Amino acid sequence: MREIKVLGTGCANCKNTVKLIEEVARAKNIAIALEHIPDIQSIMSYNIMSTPGVVIDGKVVHAGGVPTRSKVETWF
Amino acid sequence: MKVSIGSLIRRVFRWYTQEPKTFIVLVAVVWLCLYQMLAAISESLVAVVHIDHNGKLSEALRFFLFEAPKVLLLLAGIVFVMGMINSYFTPERTRALLVGRMEGVANIMAAGLGVLTPFCSCSAVPLFIGFIQAGVPLGVTFSFLISAPMVNEVALALLFGMFGFKISALYLCLGLSTAVISGFVIGRLRMEKYLEDWVINMPRTKAMVNDDGIMLAERIHVGLSSVREIVGKVWVYILVGIGIGAAIHGYVPQDFMASFMGKGAWWSVPLAVLIGVPIYANAASIIPVVQALLAKGAALGTVLSFMMSVTALSLPEMIILKKVLKVELIATFIGVVACGIIAVGYLFNALM
Repeated sequence: MREIKVLGTGCANCKNTVKLIEEVARAKNIAIALEHIPDIQSIMSYNIMSTPGVVIDGKVVHAGGVPTRSKVETWF
Repeated sequence: MKVSIGSLIRRVFRWYTQEPKTFIVLVAVVWLCLYQMLAAISESLVAVVHIDHNGKLSEALRFFLFEAPKVLLLLAGIVFVMGMINSYFTPERTRALLVGRMEGVANIMAAGLGVLTPFCSCSAVPLFIGFIQAGVPLGVTFSFLISAPMVNEVALALLFGMFGFKISALYLCLGLSTAVISGFVIGRLRMEKYLEDWVINMPRTKAMVNDDGIMLAERIHVGLSSVREIVGKVWVYILVGIGIGAAIHGYVPQDFMASFMGKGAWWSVPLAVLIGVPIYANAASIIPVVQALLAKGAALGTVLSFMMSVTALSLPEMIILKKVLKVELIATFIGVVACGIIAVGYLFNALM
């Protein structure tokens, strides 16, 4: 079970990122626990400057803009 | 047939990974040719539509057919170039460039970087805190935050397309000046204590850049995807804006705007700014409307302050900023920027 957090204050880009990760995980048949973190204080504790950010098992793997599908695929 | 054309296009677009320089030259040539031919194409389109040449509908349609393709093409070109430049100026790099500079110089740099750094309003707060945390002074951070939404590539592309070089250059200079001066004033006011407490208490970070040294081909990729992303999102607003502009061109009587948005009415500039604050639209749909108002006798300065106020001071952004700034600081921010924009309006009205 991979623990994934999407950091973002709730704009369209964040929602698209969540959707994309769900899609890729489902396609690859990988169990994930996906969580959307909208709270700005928690977002800033990950030390990123642009949203949406993606955190996998406590590590920031992406910040700023919707990641490309091929980038998401490399995470799994 | 359709599939094979699609795959052909895809193959051409993949080719830039091998020959990035040739690709850029080729794209530039194709773009320039298209741009040169545009007036002729629009002319023939108008001829095809074939309605009575002095009618109101034809006036509106002519405006739409001439402006829409030109503006969209310009936008695609400028967004592509800016996307490539943006790939260099990541927020992290911008922050590292600003840390430890003398105030004043840093304000000017921050405003300039605001144009070059990719920025979306939902990233405003993380960016703001990221700057402050690394020790970028508050006023410098504000210079960046004011210039980024106001002087962006979409606004510049539209201004250039609809108003020409002189006015877009003036807008660029005055927009940057507003950001530099407003930021400097906010910095002088020493308002650091009006940040929300949790922001003040955050641990300091060091500004670090991990240089990924990306290749030209990747920059082209970034440029292309920002064209897809930005033009894909904004074209609707542009068409709506040009549509409204076209309606104004065709149906609003000449000199209708002169009475209340003309140079004669001194109160029109502050009023335009005031009306602009609650309106949350992007530059894409505002500029064509503004252009049409101008043609009907509105004064340029008044109209530009309206535009700046719509883009730089928006209610939703204030609500987001409320999470990190106390009310006093938000009020100061609005006040200082509004004064700056009003000054720009009067200046333009006096100059043009």
